[in-house]
Amino acid sequence: MGAIPIEHGLILASILFSVGLIGVLTRRNIVFVLMSLEIMLNASALAFIVAGSRWGQADGQVMFIMILTLAAAEVAIGLGLIIQMFRQFKTIDINVLSNMKG
Amino acid sequence: MQELIWLLPTFPLLGFLVLVLTAGNLPKQIVALIGAGSVGLSFVTAVFIAFEFLASGEDYFIKQVWIWMAVGNFNPGFSFYLDGLSLVMMLVITGVGFLIHSYATGYMADDPSFSRFFSYMNLFVAAMLMLVLGDNLVVLYLGWEGVGLCSYLLIGFWYTKPENGYAARKAFVVTRVGDTSMAIGLFLLFAQLGTLNIQDLLHTAELEWSVGNGLAVAASLLLLGGAVGKSAQLPLQTWLPDAMAGPTPISALIHAATMVTAGVYLIARTHTLFELAPSVQLLVAWIGLITLLMAGFTALTQSDIKRILAFSTVSQIGYMFLGLGVGAWSAAIFHLMTHAFFKALLFLASGTVILSVHHEQSIFKMGGLRKALPVSFASFLIGSLALTAFPYTSGYFSKDEILLAALELEGVGTYLWLGGVIGAFFTGIYTFRLFFIVFFGENNGHFPDKEVGGWHMNGPLILLMILSLVGGFISIPVETVFSHGIAHEEHHVSALVHGFMIAVPLSGIFISYMFFYSKKWSIEALMSKPIAQKLHAFWHSGWGMDWLYDRIFVFPFVWLAQINREDLIDRFYAIIAEISRQANSYVVRSQTGYLRWYALTLASGLIMLLVLGVLL
Repeated sequence: MGAIPIEHGLILASILFSVGLIGVLTRRNIVFVLMSLEIMLNASALAFIVAGSRWGQADGQVMFIMILTLAAAEVAIGLGLIIQMFRQFKTIDINVLSNMKG
Repeated sequence: MQELIWLLPTFPLLGFLVLVLTAGNLPKQIVALIGAGSVGLSFVTAVFIAFEFLASGEDYFIKQVWIWMAVGNFNPGFSFYLDGLSLVMMLVITGVGFLIHSYATGYMADDPSFSRFFSYMNLFVAAMLMLVLGDNLVVLYLGWEGVGLCSYLLIGFWYTKPENGYAARKAFVVTRVGDTSMAIGLFLLFAQLGTLNIQDLLHTAELEWSVGNGLAVAASLLLLGGAVGKSAQLPLQTWLPDAMAGPTPISALIHAATMVTAGVYLIARTHTLFELAPSVQLLVAWIGLITLLMAGFTALTQSDIKRILAFSTVSQIGYMFLGLGVGAWSAAIFHLMTHAFFKALLFLASGTVILSVHHEQSIFKMGGLRKALPVSFASFLIGSLALTAFPYTSGYFSKDEILLAALELEGVGTYLWLGGVIGAFFTGIYTFRLFFIVFFGENNGHFPDKEVGGWHMNGPLILLMILSLVGGFISIPVETVFSHGIAHEEHHVSALVHGFMIAVPLSGIFISYMFFYSKKWSIEALMSKPIAQKLHAFWHSGWGMDWLYDRIFVFPFVWLAQINREDLIDRFYAIIAEISRQANSYVVRSQTGYLRWYALTLASGLIMLLVLGVLL
């Protein structure tokens, strides 16, 4: 089984990252925004894995595990915030919460 | 005992501290005891020191207490310099000061701010002693500003009346003009001679500067500026008459006996500098002469008892300046001393009169007070005689010496002498005009129930009466200080000149007698002429000096302040603030509050950086 070329892995990672970014920018439902953020995180984690395998270094997988942990913590906090937000404002539309404008 | 000279200013300073820190919570008896007692202790110490100093036969005595500051070769110390000159000043300040403090315990007895009054008085005495005892110009300047501050505080003592505050500010600002000139003079002296120790400085100046040296002229002119400010001489004399807004003991102590003579002291102390600049010294004489004549004419037309005495003070200090200007240093200091006696007497007596007639100050509303106020009457009689240089009173000896010294000056001496004699003539008129109007004739409205008094008020009056009478026989030990000047008893003038000088003031008194006592000559007839009315109005306003200064200084300043109301300089900074505010109002629109917008900005920023990174 031949190694996957690094270009393929990186292109996949950047496609995933762009999908996530577009999701963050376009969705108004905050749950989807959070999910898009997860996609972006995983895209960057994938880039680490690909790079790690290309140079035969374990550091890429170490970073992956760190990003995974970070993502888990982020989701925990993010979901908690979303629940609070829903309780306070009875909505999960992010555009409604624009009181902090200059 | 001489070692204890530092105690002199310390006693009143302690008194000041105690009175200030207790903030008026002490009973009045205690306040009076501290206030007058501290100065009394200083006086006793001063007398002991004086005896020991005179017995020692030394020319001077220096006591250094500590170095004030040491910066390179500039290290003025708190050190005291005692010689004949500072000895006389020290005794006058503590002696007359103590009498006036004692008088004030009675005069101010009903004032709610009794304690504040004595704290200021004590601070004043302490500062004045620093002024005359300091051995360098820095300590002298400290005392100089200290007495200026106390003068300001005490003129505005009854601060609830706005015009008193105005008078205080006027005194402060006008003397500040002179003080600034003096400070620049000190800078110049230090820069040129490298020391501010008075004796070193005078010695160095004598060695380094020839007579008529430009720097000596500049330095003595600047010091003269300080002296005319403090001593209310032309052109800075306008503050003193208004300073009469303060309580009468203040007028006696600060604005007659001690502080206003500080300028005379300064010039006498630095007389070597003035001898190096003969043109400036002559200027001192002319300033003195013109001031004494102008103030004499003005005193003729005043109606407020204290303002008459104030103008008379200006005039008498003019005599002292005249004496300084012709090199009669010791005569000027002698006149300073006798003037302190009789002018303090006159002011204190006028205080008794004013209190007795219920705070009326216009002499035309008094009259016929001879019987009702015997002590004031006697005081005024003796004080007026001394002021007009009646033979063998104290003022006679001192004024005589000044005028004779002026006569001996070559060149303009005769004119100076003649001017001084004319001044003495008018002194006779205005002094006895006051005397006759207040104490003789019909009473015009304010008749006292009884004379205000008591031993602590009448005692000082009696002592000052004695001093005014026999003060002329005191010999002041200043020969060693003024070794170059015209010595004490060298005047050889004909009996004719002497008789003339005695007769002139007497004829002034006679004219006053004809107008205001016997009424053989009518003042109304004189005043009905238009020229007399115009002159009266002109002199009454003090030769229009206030009017002139309003036009020259006050109005332009107010005008400038008005056009600068918007603050031109501030405009520049306002523009900077306005630019920031405008920029803010544009940029603030980017803060929409939409989370997605922020994410977009972040992302586009990232993309921009990436693109830049790739391109560059």
